[in-house]
Amino acid sequence: MSRENVLVSAEWAEQNLETPGVVFAEVDEDTTAYDGGHIPGAVKIDWKTELQDPVRRDFVDRQGFEKLLSAKGIGNDDTVILYGGNNNWFAAYAYWYFRLYGHDKVKLLDGGRKKWELDGRKLTTEVTERPGTSYTAQEPDTSIRAFRDEVVEAIGTKNLVDVRSPDEFSGKLLAPAHLPQEQAQRAGHIPSAINVPWSKAANEDGTFRGDDELREIYGEAGLDGSKATIAYCRIGERSSHTWFVLHELLGHEDVKNYDGSWTEYGSLVGVPIEVGAGK
Amino acid sequence: MSGCGAPQQTATLPANVDAGKEVVLTGRVVADGTPVAGAFVRLLDASGEFTAEVVSAETGDFRFFAAPGSWTVRALHRSGRGETAVTAEGPGIHELEIAVA
Repeated sequence: MSRENVLVSAEWAEQNLETPGVVFAEVDEDTTAYDGGHIPGAVKIDWKTELQDPVRRDFVDRQGFEKLLSAKGIGNDDTVILYGGNNNWFAAYAYWYFRLYGHDKVKLLDGGRKKWELDGRKLTTEVTERPGTSYTAQEPDTSIRAFRDEVVEAIGTKNLVDVRSPDEFSGKLLAPAHLPQEQAQRAGHIPSAINVPWSKAANEDGTFRGDDELREIYGEAGLDGSKATIAYCRIGERSSHTWFVLHELLGHEDVKNYDGSWTEYGSLVGVPIEVGAGK
Repeated sequence: MSGCGAPQQTATLPANVDAGKEVVLTGRVVADGTPVAGAFVRLLDASGEFTAEVVSAETGDFRFFAAPGSWTVRALHRSGRGETAVTAEGPGIHELEIAVA
């Protein structure tokens, strides 16, 4: 897998804002970010209200995804460039959805909003209106999505990569530290998981580290390249970032994102939990 | 369910947060005494590892919910960078100021 197939630079993006067949989409949980200024021509996708099922805990189904993309004016032949705040966490999550529903022409803007803003590139408050399309999605590709039973079965057999911060992994914190810490689930991590925080894969400006550096980071952490891998975090968005690194940048073949992540696992009755720092 | 997205950064705590239980690290990013909006404020743990990141509000405000221990808070903005260290003994509000240059 080559980096050019899955990532674009801010320079490339700036030069292709008006290129036909290229659609920019900002994905955030907090849509006030888009409303306060976004990349010219970009449409907005709201992670919480548009990509999640409004009632049960799951993401939009195939028909829901088709309806959403059609309404956003995204066609099957368009190349979609995703970007967002939070170091591209939710953009990476959306990227994973696009792949899950069979959209191959999708890329991430390296560094997301953060790099764009640090570079002082142009933002606009003008809302983008694109003519509707009739988008067709594929059946979900579950070869990249892990569910709780296979996660329990993976203990001690597959690579389990916990991408949360060391303090969440050890059980000292229950959520990333910009959120209140009173949470329903138990603290700790899945036994046999290695802790490689998502942030190891990114530079401080939000761009991804180079392939050689990335290989070294996961190799040193004990990721066994001959085994299948499941990545998880708290709700599945930071682990999408790591899924992107392992599957899309480094080309590992069998990598799944466990989007149930700690908010599901840490609430399950009877499953084993380990606490304490990584080995 | 609340995701991991950064909530709005304000100087006052949301009503549902109990400052008697939470270790709150809150403060402002400033440059020459003026609040800096839109700075990327990152919380690092005692080993220097990333723990969270928020974007400072129009008023320069930022806030983290941490745990007792030693922390570094680093701000990155187009106009410069700065950092400060804090040791939180227990729950309560710990006020900080980060000057970027």
